Amino acid sequence: MRRLMILAAFAAGVSLCANPPVLAQEKVRLTGSGASFPAPIYLAWFKDFSKKNAIVTVDYQSKGSGAGVQDFLNKTVDFAASDSAMNKEDIAKVAEGVQLLPMTAGEIVLAFNLPGNPKGLKLPRDVYSNIFLGKITRWNDPKIAAANPGMTLPDLPITVVVRADSSGTTAVFTKHLSAINEDFKKTLGEGNTVNWPASDKFIKSPKNDGVTATVRQTPGAIGYIEYGFAKLAKVDFALLQNKAGQYVVPSAESGAEALAAVKMPEDLVAWLPDPDGAKSYPITSYTWMIFRKKNADPAKAKAMREMIEYGLTDGQKIADSMGYIPLPAVVVEQVRKAAANIK
Amino acid sequence: MNKPFVVPVKLDSICQPPSSMVLLVDRAFRALARLGVIVILVLLAALVFEIGGKAIPGIQKYGLDFITGNVWDVNQHKFGILPAIWGTLYSALIALLIGGFFGISMAIFLTQDFLPPRLAAVFRTIVELLAAIPSVVYGLWGIYVVIPAIRPLTDWLHHSFGWIPFFGTTLSGPGLLPAALVLAIMILPTIAAVSQDALSAVPLKTKQAAHGMGTTHWEAILQVIVPAASTGIFGALVLGLGRALGETMALAMLIGNSNQISLSLFSPANTLAALLALNFPEAGPNEIEVLMYAALILMLITLSVNIAGSLIMAYAKRGNKK
Repeated sequence: MRRLMILAAFAAGVSLCANPPVLAQEKVRLTGSGASFPAPIYLAWFKDFSKKNAIVTVDYQSKGSGAGVQDFLNKTVDFAASDSAMNKEDIAKVAEGVQLLPMTAGEIVLAFNLPGNPKGLKLPRDVYSNIFLGKITRWNDPKIAAANPGMTLPDLPITVVVRADSSGTTAVFTKHLSAINEDFKKTLGEGNTVNWPASDKFIKSPKNDGVTATVRQTPGAIGYIEYGFAKLAKVDFALLQNKAGQYVVPSAESGAEALAAVKMPEDLVAWLPDPDGAKSYPITSYTWMIFRKKNADPAKAKAMREMIEYGLTDGQKIADSMGYIPLPAVVVEQVRKAAANIK
Repeated sequence: MNKPFVVPVKLDSICQPPSSMVLLVDRAFRALARLGVIVILVLLAALVFEIGGKAIPGIQKYGLDFITGNVWDVNQHKFGILPAIWGTLYSALIALLIGGFFGISMAIFLTQDFLPPRLAAVFRTIVELLAAIPSVVYGLWGIYVVIPAIRPLTDWLHHSFGWIPFFGTTLSGPGLLPAALVLAIMILPTIAAVSQDALSAVPLKTKQAAHGMGTTHWEAILQVIVPAASTGIFGALVLGLGRALGETMALAMLIGNSNQISLSLFSPANTLAALLALNFPEAGPNEIEVLMYAALILMLITLSVNIAGSLIMAYAKRGNKK
């Protein structure tokens, strides 16, 4: 009996000693939510990251930038993602401090549907901004014809397809239009949703898929969608005139040119409403992940830093193939340095 | 040879007072049913309370202007849902006209001996399968099949009869007509199934009596059987209308979500359910309260439709008995 008790005590001691290493091996689960625009690449990252780093799993819910920031403020998630960064009032609400990190970037293209599928449609700045203001309403408008000599443009009304749901894509797109067209800024402004002109030639469709499907099914339609999506869906998209007056086709290169044209500030929030540079694609934007500077659980903070490092190294390599723009090397360095603030 | 008729069972063996087990089961079932009713009522009350409570700030801020306004501009804090109310009622009404006509015709066709019973059962199952198709699939089908299919017809109607307000604009893709057509197909199984039940419930004797009076097959159907089943058929229409008013996803994809009031069938329009579904996911606190207000209005509309339906049915029943 006595021997048994000693054994039991010994066993208990062993199990106590064995506990700390078991704790260190405990799984870390990170949860995040937010922007739907970078969701495909984030999900690909997190899947691969969890495979390489067995003790960390990352769950990401793509529910929209606004909802992500809301979840972050309510402390229901460890990190958030947003296409429109985070405004000052919201940042002030977080006692632990906020670290915004640009993780990838994307472009918005104007997809169109014209009979005969003409390639290389060129749209000048004042034309495409006025199409979305409802001021240019027909495809054979002299201004469009002037930019596309030799192209036969049909006598069709322009059906403008915009996003029906609140979206970071709309925010980036209207920010650009407001920057290049004073009238647009005054009447519509910028935001996740704007009050598009009420006309029977303005159609609102939900999500990128809805806009793409509607553009495809409507002769004479034009709509804005994300570059990655347009690439997958194989729709025709227009060459847009940039600030330097050049017509640029959306691609990873023209996007990278646009990113390089803007210097990343200290707080890592850089907007490119109308980038300089002859080769820059005009509608390009960063998208951010949002973290707390002070985290209660050091294991989680460490896992988040590892996740960011993965995104900056392996993650950037798949960006191009998924229709996103890899971050410039300078920005990667800046983000890496700032990630050390997450503790 | 004739034996007297003998009752094969002993009377005393079947006529027992209910055992305590039977009583217990009976009592338990009754309690369970009562609990179910209470839970449903509490749930409904909680729903109304929750939505109403969250809508109060919106109601105070925007009041009746919210119902009569026709601008939805989040950036300028202007909210109005008149176009959405108009679109909800207009699309549901057209869907009810089309879906009701085909649904009732189908029910007559399937119940009044036009087909061999087995074939009728097959058709019935096919119609009921329509109810199992997800809303999103209907939406995609509408975009890829219905819109291209009706485009030539709508173009012709607009060019030839453009002076009629219903055909006043060209169809630019999503719009009221494609949305209403798909909606009609979506409410068809409900209307067809409930009308079939109503028509099958007409006693065979009534039918035989009608034929005995010398009526033709069609006279019997239109003047005797359908009127006899009218309350049930009307109930089917009310159910269908309720479904049409609340349908969300397919309409969000097909109606064009444009805040304008137009009689034209080819114009894009908006509905309350689509407005709610599309704006909720990213709504900020200011927008939540007006969306809750809009949800409250939608609930009021469906509630009043149902009450009106029940009242008319009750009135018709009383009329029948006289």
